[in-house]
Amino acid sequence: MEKMKGVLEKIPEQIRRLLIVIAVIITGVVTVRYFILPSSLTDRRFHRESTVQRETAKNIVFAGASVCGACHADQAAKKKIGYHKTLSCETCHGPAQVHIENPATKPTAPRGREFCVFCHAFDPSRPTGFPQINPVLHNPIKACVTCHHPHDPVPSETPRECSACHAQIASIKTVSPHALIGCTSCHTVPAKHKITPRSVKPTKPETREFCGKCHGKESDRKDAPKIDLATHGERFLCWECHYPHRPERM
Amino acid sequence: MNPELVQRLSELLQEVTGFIYPNEVEIHWSILIVVYPYITGLVAGAFILASLVQVFNVKEVQPTYRLSLLTALAFLLIAPLPLQFHLGHPERSYEIFITPQLGSAMAMFGFVYLWYLMAVLLLEIWFEYRRDLIVWSKEEKPPMRWLYRALSLFSNDVSEGAVQFDRKAIKVITVIGIPSAFILHGYVGFIFGSVKANPWWSSVLIPIVFLMSAIVSGIALVIFLYMVITPLRGERIDMRCLDRITSYLFYAVIVDFTLEALDFIHRLYESEESIKILSRLVTDKLFVSLWIIQILLGMIIPLAIMIMVKSLKFDEELRKLLYFTSVILIQLGIFATRWNVVIGGQLFSKSFRGLTTYKMEVAGIEGLLTAIVLLILPFIVLTILLKILPAWETSEANRGTAS
Amino acid sequence: MDRRKFLKNAIWFIPAAGLFRRFLKDAYAKPGNGRYDPNHHLYGMGIDIDKCIGCGLCIEACKKENNVPKEPFFCRTWVERYVIRKDGSVTVESIEAQKGKPRAKPEETDILRSFFVPKLCNQCANPPCVQVCPVGATFPTEDGVVLVDSKRCIGCRYCIQACPYGARYLHPETRTADKCTFCYHRVVKGLLPACVEVCPTQARVFGDLKSMASRLVRFTRMNKIHVLKPHLNTEPKVYYADLDGEVR
Repeated sequence: MEKMKGVLEKIPEQIRRLLIVIAVIITGVVTVRYFILPSSLTDRRFHRESTVQRETAKNIVFAGASVCGACHADQAAKKKIGYHKTLSCETCHGPAQVHIENPATKPTAPRGREFCVFCHAFDPSRPTGFPQINPVLHNPIKACVTCHHPHDPVPSETPRECSACHAQIASIKTVSPHALIGCTSCHTVPAKHKITPRSVKPTKPETREFCGKCHGKESDRKDAPKIDLATHGERFLCWECHYPHRPERM
Repeated sequence: MNPELVQRLSELLQEVTGFIYPNEVEIHWSILIVVYPYITGLVAGAFILASLVQVFNVKEVQPTYRLSLLTALAFLLIAPLPLQFHLGHPERSYEIFITPQLGSAMAMFGFVYLWYLMAVLLLEIWFEYRRDLIVWSKEEKPPMRWLYRALSLFSNDVSEGAVQFDRKAIKVITVIGIPSAFILHGYVGFIFGSVKANPWWSSVLIPIVFLMSAIVSGIALVIFLYMVITPLRGERIDMRCLDRITSYLFYAVIVDFTLEALDFIHRLYESEESIKILSRLVTDKLFVSLWIIQILLGMIIPLAIMIMVKSLKFDEELRKLLYFTSVILIQLGIFATRWNVVIGGQLFSKSFRGLTTYKMEVAGIEGLLTAIVLLILPFIVLTILLKILPAWETSEANRGTAS
Repeated sequence: MDRRKFLKNAIWFIPAAGLFRRFLKDAYAKPGNGRYDPNHHLYGMGIDIDKCIGCGLCIEACKKENNVPKEPFFCRTWVERYVIRKDGSVTVESIEAQKGKPRAKPEETDILRSFFVPKLCNQCANPPCVQVCPVGATFPTEDGVVLVDSKRCIGCRYCIQACPYGARYLHPETRTADKCTFCYHRVVKGLLPACVEVCPTQARVFGDLKSMASRLVRFTRMNKIHVLKPHLNTEPKVYYADLDGEVR
């Protein structure tokens, strides 16, 4: 005891005072942090679990593709075999969880021209195989649903027998200046092509004069851009520069 | 929904050139986050100047020793405020202390700050003032007497041995304090330098550049304060002291300038993916604040002034004037440095395809007025501190020691 | 083993295997039946750039599902249009989510190539946002989704600065950081994220990386996969098929 006191005496006075202050601060901090604060403030696992719970408990707005067919079996069956089979009902009809909980609140059913062009208006950034139209030229004013049933839409008038295999060409052509020219205007298709497509091929235009029928300066087609066959790129065939299924616009 | 915010962002959208990600229209770190590293830089710089006196025993600088310490304390007390005001939820800031995420540079702020405040600055000031506090507590009347008693922690040993011990303790604390000051500000640089997503920030040099510019700004601030306060006290400015500190300032500016030039050349030479957008940033959006204010006004002109003063023999008055101009220019330059880092780093898109604009609010909580108040506040705190803890011995005491 | 015994075993084995598969499938796909165990899942998303038509329905659905402000400055997901011109210049824009507004279409004749790229939080396995959060308010769940604790986020916005993909924003109402959660409240109940649900072309493929039969795993098997900014080592779990080099 005497010895302890001796050691204490040796510590300078100011250090003793500081040590008391530091000890008070440290005990204070430790008590508050580990004994007073509730674990709901300090426990990280608890925080994470409650976040996951809160996140999981959030409201669902979109009901999901599988439930609609339970009541609307006929539409679902129709859609299932059409070109829109990959679409979810809510893609066009909007969120429907409210409708499931209370069938009186109806989801939307877009019928005008504004909604369809969201996907089907021509846009050069869209993938080329995707069916697109020019909303200005394509049957203006008419609502899309008058010709195309949205649950089973039918693409444009390219003969089924061509587009069945050449879908990509067909859909590129629908947005090109050549959209209104039928496949058979340029290609003659032997009947056997449909049976053995690789051994019997349709004809392709072979001469510059073929294109010249419309694009030559003597032609009387008003809507086709005109060139002078004699001077315009005379060493090349037309399709070596211009892709006939989607020629560049002039 | 806040219509004012939407209005502001819609206007900003018109200013965007090129492409930025939609979420990048809003500039998230505002002028308050410019003020924050500026203030901590001043703290670190002022402290390092104080340490010079202790560690390297530079007698000439002694008149600014206590002033530097109190300046560091005043600015350190205000340093967390800009951060606090900037938070989306200021009332939750205590979480940094009770559930810090130890991997985060920002979480360490609380601890580095507390360590520096409690373990370094307050301790050093306490040991420095302990003897005086005891003396004052005997001279003054209540309530100042009680205040001094409490501040001295009721210590009353003014024996030669005890004062000697104080001196030793200060030495030890300074030795710990220098690296601590380096950490305090180097770490602020690390907050920016460690953001790998942002090529303007992401650089190992950033903490060091921050540190050097901190030293520059801190020394310049102490010079400024010394030159303002001394005439106000009716005393003469000690020119030997002033010349000495400005020559430190001169070397610090040179090192700072070199480091920043190195950073710049390194970026230019490596010429990474981001170089195109960064060169558009510095030649367009940051042209004035980087080239004119930071480099020309903040570095080249002060350097030229100090070289002139060093090589030519000017008289005292002209020297004072030139010093005063250059420390103010340097402050401006360092503030621009912080601006260019913090705001500049947010003006370009992380897609490297476009630039946006920062439109400062004026009256809002994150606006210009708040920033100005936050920059004035440390000076008020310093005035109060100087009232309580005079940084200079009174004239008579001075005469007493001289004789 | 004689033939008789083999056939007899087979009679039992085949339906038993079928039953077993059903159980397995239930355990994986229908968490509603039992308790959802996050340790059995790891979510990711595949994006087939060649299928995206830039209709913007995903953005709209996301905003409805997740209470995201409808202004175009706050997005959990968005779609970028890239136009690379013949002179080599690149134009990028974020397509407008609102319906009915006319869109500026690039002139067709000088385009070299053009496409849409949907973007969202990459749910990185090595997320910089989690690393920088000072209070640990954002964290990855066992099933691989990075969530934000809106009750504890202090709104310092360091995570927004740290995200290389611009996927985070400060929610103007809660004043806390917000970002895509893969519609966590939906996926734990076996539903698809809202954006995947409404995507008309199946350009977005959502799935479980821990289930070999998931659509996502098939997607990553059938395509050449790239992630965004791989040099930052964030290890994203949003996988892009046919990603163009210009996309950043």
